[in-house]
Amino acid sequence: MTSDVITLAHGGGGKLMAELLAEHVTGPLAVAEPGEDAALAGDDVLFTTDSFVVKPLFFPGGDIGELAIYGTVNDLAMRGGRPVAVTVGFIVEEGLPLETLGRVVSSMAGAAARCGVRIVGGDFKVVEAGRGDGLYVNTAGIARPLASPDRLPAVGRAKPGDAVLINGPVGEHGVAVLAARERLGFAAQVVSDCAPLHELAAALLEGLGPALHCLHDPTRGGLAAALNEVAQASGVQITVDEAALPFNEAVLAACELLGFDPLQVANEGKMVAVVDGEAAEAALEIMRANPHGADSAVIGEVRMSETPQVCLTTQLGTKRIVDMPSGELLPRIC
Amino acid sequence: MRLTKSRLALIKQLAADIDSAAQRIGRPVRVMEVCGTHAHAVGRFGLRQLLPESVELISGPGCPVCVTTAGQIALGIELACRGVTVATFGDMLPVPAGDSSLAAARASGAPIQVVYSPQQALELAEQTGREVAFLAVGFETTAPAVAAVVAQAAERRVRSFSVLPLHKLIPPALRALVADAEVAVDGFLCPGHVSVIIGSNAYRPLAEELGMPCVVTGFEPEDILLGVKMVLGQVAERRAEVENAYPRAVRPEGNPTARALMERTFSTVSAEWRGLGTIPDSGLALRREFQWLDAASRYELEARELPEPPGCRCGDVLRGVLRPAQCPLFATACTPARPVGPCMVSSEGACAAAYKYERSPMPGGSGGIGRVQRGGEPSHDQ
Repeated sequence: MTSDVITLAHGGGGKLMAELLAEHVTGPLAVAEPGEDAALAGDDVLFTTDSFVVKPLFFPGGDIGELAIYGTVNDLAMRGGRPVAVTVGFIVEEGLPLETLGRVVSSMAGAAARCGVRIVGGDFKVVEAGRGDGLYVNTAGIARPLASPDRLPAVGRAKPGDAVLINGPVGEHGVAVLAARERLGFAAQVVSDCAPLHELAAALLEGLGPALHCLHDPTRGGLAAALNEVAQASGVQITVDEAALPFNEAVLAACELLGFDPLQVANEGKMVAVVDGEAAEAALEIMRANPHGADSAVIGEVRMSETPQVCLTTQLGTKRIVDMPSGELLPRIC
Repeated sequence: MRLTKSRLALIKQLAADIDSAAQRIGRPVRVMEVCGTHAHAVGRFGLRQLLPESVELISGPGCPVCVTTAGQIALGIELACRGVTVATFGDMLPVPAGDSSLAAARASGAPIQVVYSPQQALELAEQTGREVAFLAVGFETTAPAVAAVVAQAAERRVRSFSVLPLHKLIPPALRALVADAEVAVDGFLCPGHVSVIIGSNAYRPLAEELGMPCVVTGFEPEDILLGVKMVLGQVAERRAEVENAYPRAVRPEGNPTARALMERTFSTVSAEWRGLGTIPDSGLALRREFQWLDAASRYELEARELPEPPGCRCGDVLRGVLRPAQCPLFATACTPARPVGPCMVSSEGACAAAYKYERSPMPGGSGGIGRVQRGGEPSHDQ
């Protein structure tokens, strides 16, 4: 394949994207913390930005407005921040019904209110018909760190002996959006998990203190990418116990039909927490007490390793690798 | 999927049965899992770790993306470059064809659209009025759905729609493999999905005339282990029969409605397979009355040959004479992110499955994936 143009595979949240960014974007820009969900800008401000190009704009369980607020709020929360303010930028395609814009904006307002963040500014651009999918949204946000910089959770802080937790079943957002976009009847009952995680993150940080090592949201690239990013950044091996993973049966069935690995499918209301092994039970209790963490589970542990990687112990007791996704998730033939 | 205790117990029992059959046989046994979905499941469940050393599972040619030649993919790229919207299954996109691929062509603006069924391709043609050609890649599993869409397009005279028929048939390919002296296989796990359509009887000539044990096999871990156990049983007793380890889905006669639909729509022709060369009666062409829906004749496409990528051993992998990890390019020059050959592209490809689930170094050793300790509970610490 020619490698001198961007392909959709470069946007998949996997290996190709990581390589492209390191070589052509974050490297040349000298970005300080390229692997983190949000970056420290000074000692008392966390800062992040995210763009939203989801199609369709409205899907079961959410819409682009809600997603744009929660996405940025969650990125800030993953670094241990209390989100304070966001800006919203719209790129609108000529021909978008005003009613659609209205619904998106009102959804944003509701989401911001639920997260306790103020929308303090924004931008609005219109492009010619055919140059956008109706509406793209960018949000940027700042947060107040809830701990001193050396105690904030970060993807590079997983240590051997740590426990790995997740707050519920994976793959719901990716399957729900795909089913809505492609009108896949067999997956129509799957609802996106799109949700704000700032309270869950804050409760963990408050309850565990320095025993909370990493928080990371498994968005594009799914749980497989998120865990590989933690393993790479921390120089450790993560072992996942398949029998402990919470799963949504409808998501599994849809993935089976499409040839997708549910561990590589996107989430918008999930987070991975890596905590000191001693604190695993306490973390589980805190997470399950939160409305977005009722199905939380301890899914694995961190081990020492010369090769950073993620492996999975299957229900049969066999072992396999959980690989970083490579590029675009492509449905198979049969 | 949550495996129940009774399923786990069955799996353990099957592994023990395979162990004792292997001991009875007393020599190495090579079982080919024909279907790419099998290869994928074997990796995903780590099934090789449940087998004794003397039983080797090797992947066969049952990955539709993998056996499509670079020249055939180039026809799709050419159509798109001429402005015809090419509708394709997603996993065809990254397969290299010469110095391009459908994904690269799409990135430079060629109209290439991923669809989830042939029906969607026809709808695309009818709803947009654009000229749409469906890249009909696949085995007997997908052919009936394409036949149904061809019938609809013919009935409604949808002149903007066409099909590039690149379908391939499994039994002729298995026959070619048995005839290939280099391919040393003791039995086939025949593909469950394909067999739902063609029926288990379709493999009888392979067993009865060529003496090859054939077991129709499903895709759950216990299905695959049962298939292996049944092949080993035949080898131990020096039998060669067709047995069905997937009776909940596969009947001896297959699906007569689907077969009749295929029969009405297609005639068999010789076809070129990547790695296996030209195999007589192994491809499907549209019958005369549907010829006007054939993209190759409508757009006067010339069949062409493209050289295989330098160093690529996909052909040998597809014939089961080379394990993915034995290819010098495996996991070095050829990875899922930058595939050289098709076996590394498709989720059904043997190399992609080996890379994704089994590549070394695995924890606890440097020599690749370890075996689960035999006898007693599975143990992960070698």
